Amino acid sequence: MTVVVIGAGHGGVQVAASLRAEGHLGPVVLLDGQDHLPYHRPQLSKEFLGPGAGEPQLLRSASFFADQDIDLRLGTAVAALHPARRRVELRNGGTVDYTHVVLALGSSLRRLQVPGHELDGIAQLGSLTDAAALRARLGAARDVVVVGGGFLGLEIAAACAEVGRAVTVVEPQARLLARAVTPPVSDAVRRAHEAAGTVLRVGTGVQRFLGRDGRVRRVVLSDGSELPADLVVIAVGVVANSGIAEAAGLAVDDGVLVDPWLRTSVPDVFAVGDCVARPDRELGAPRRIECVQNAIDQARHVASSIAHGLGEPYGRVPWFWTHQFALRVQTVGLGFPDDDCVLVGDPDGDGFSVCRFRRGRLVAVESVNRTRDHMAARRLLSGGVLPSPAEVGSAGFDLKDHELATRGAA
Amino acid sequence: MPTLTFVLPDGTRRTVEGKAGLSVMEVAMAEDLPGIVAECGGNAMCATCHVYADAADRLPPVSDVEDEMLGSTAAPRTPASRLSCQVEIADDWDEMTFDVPETQL
Repeated sequence: MTVVVIGAGHGGVQVAASLRAEGHLGPVVLLDGQDHLPYHRPQLSKEFLGPGAGEPQLLRSASFFADQDIDLRLGTAVAALHPARRRVELRNGGTVDYTHVVLALGSSLRRLQVPGHELDGIAQLGSLTDAAALRARLGAARDVVVVGGGFLGLEIAAACAEVGRAVTVVEPQARLLARAVTPPVSDAVRRAHEAAGTVLRVGTGVQRFLGRDGRVRRVVLSDGSELPADLVVIAVGVVANSGIAEAAGLAVDDGVLVDPWLRTSVPDVFAVGDCVARPDRELGAPRRIECVQNAIDQARHVASSIAHGLGEPYGRVPWFWTHQFALRVQTVGLGFPDDDCVLVGDPDGDGFSVCRFRRGRLVAVESVNRTRDHMAARRLLSGGVLPSPAEVGSAGFDLKDHELATRGAA
Repeated sequence: MPTLTFVLPDGTRRTVEGKAGLSVMEVAMAEDLPGIVAECGGNAMCATCHVYADAADRLPPVSDVEDEMLGSTAAPRTPASRLSCQVEIADDWDEMTFDVPETQL
């Protein structure tokens, strides 16, 4: 009963740890191409870039893996998966045979292939190595241009502004975080960045980078305007690392396709985290979720399935957080582009939430500096009594009061 | 050097050296203390590093955010409840004891 886990990010490490916690006694092999002990990723684009930040925070201590009899093999990239032979082929020429394999392959940063993209001073942040390099560069930088107004780009922009750099964010969409959150939340984030002196150029893309002596100096936008830059950070989304799966003949569609139990199209091959695409009937397309909580909860579910056999389908409601400056943004649930939105609280006040409805049913809640709402929403969306749009829109409505009043009545 | 004792649900006691400036969660994680999950890495976002402090009155006060998160812990909240990621170790602690709850999830 050998379980091979490919990828030692949040999901992969959790699969290995949970297998032991669930009583799996057979070998557990955890493979990763990186050389560093598995680490927390969210702070790499936040505190880690600031002054005084030291070592990255490890997911588990150095001794954990040996203590738990988890065969962690760092610097060991996987070359191929051979499901028919139940074998994983390593880049170093070795092989590992498995009973079950879990793909925790993660995602990779999308590249921006415009002229000049190879100039020195153009960086990305997808790993600890990237983050350490960016932190080092930030020390000597003056004008920082962040390309991409999604969560990653904005966290990096906030970290750069907080250490006193002149920052410009370039976002081709008409507003920040357009894909992820509703306009009121975008707007709150915009104001926080503008208050810190950051220039936001939305609705325009990058045409090319111009340099001198091989180093980036200017960014030319699609409207023809130019920005000075001695450091550029590209954060234009990620793509699922599904190459190994595709080459092995697994069904793939912008991610490794799984069934409700997180099983891929090949028996005894599971997948968790960023690399997973789950069919979403409502959306009419597979959906990929990029967040730590999703990776960890899926990992626990798969570990339980391997240790004890299949149980319930996976059904945790995803939640996500970011903090930028004094903003604490928390989301729970899965929205759709054309949701009906009802506001709770005052966007110009201390904090507010946006309740997103799909055909009258609450599907997601976004909160800005309203942890109270967020935690209530997590409980509601995990099987509570959902409030109607009219209830949420009524004077004095409070998510937590509603949750407390209806608890146990679902 | 402050000394931290963690009492596990089965009664086992684990005593470790704390370091001022670190959070109680960070020390617990470095020790692989069972029962502290700390999924969010110390940002008061997940409420999975819940502990009961024996001397809660000697600790810095609970912030509004921590207060809301403590409302959602898996094990019951008591007046001794804290999120260990939000409790910074201080030099004058000498000894401090924390009970680890049965469950964090």
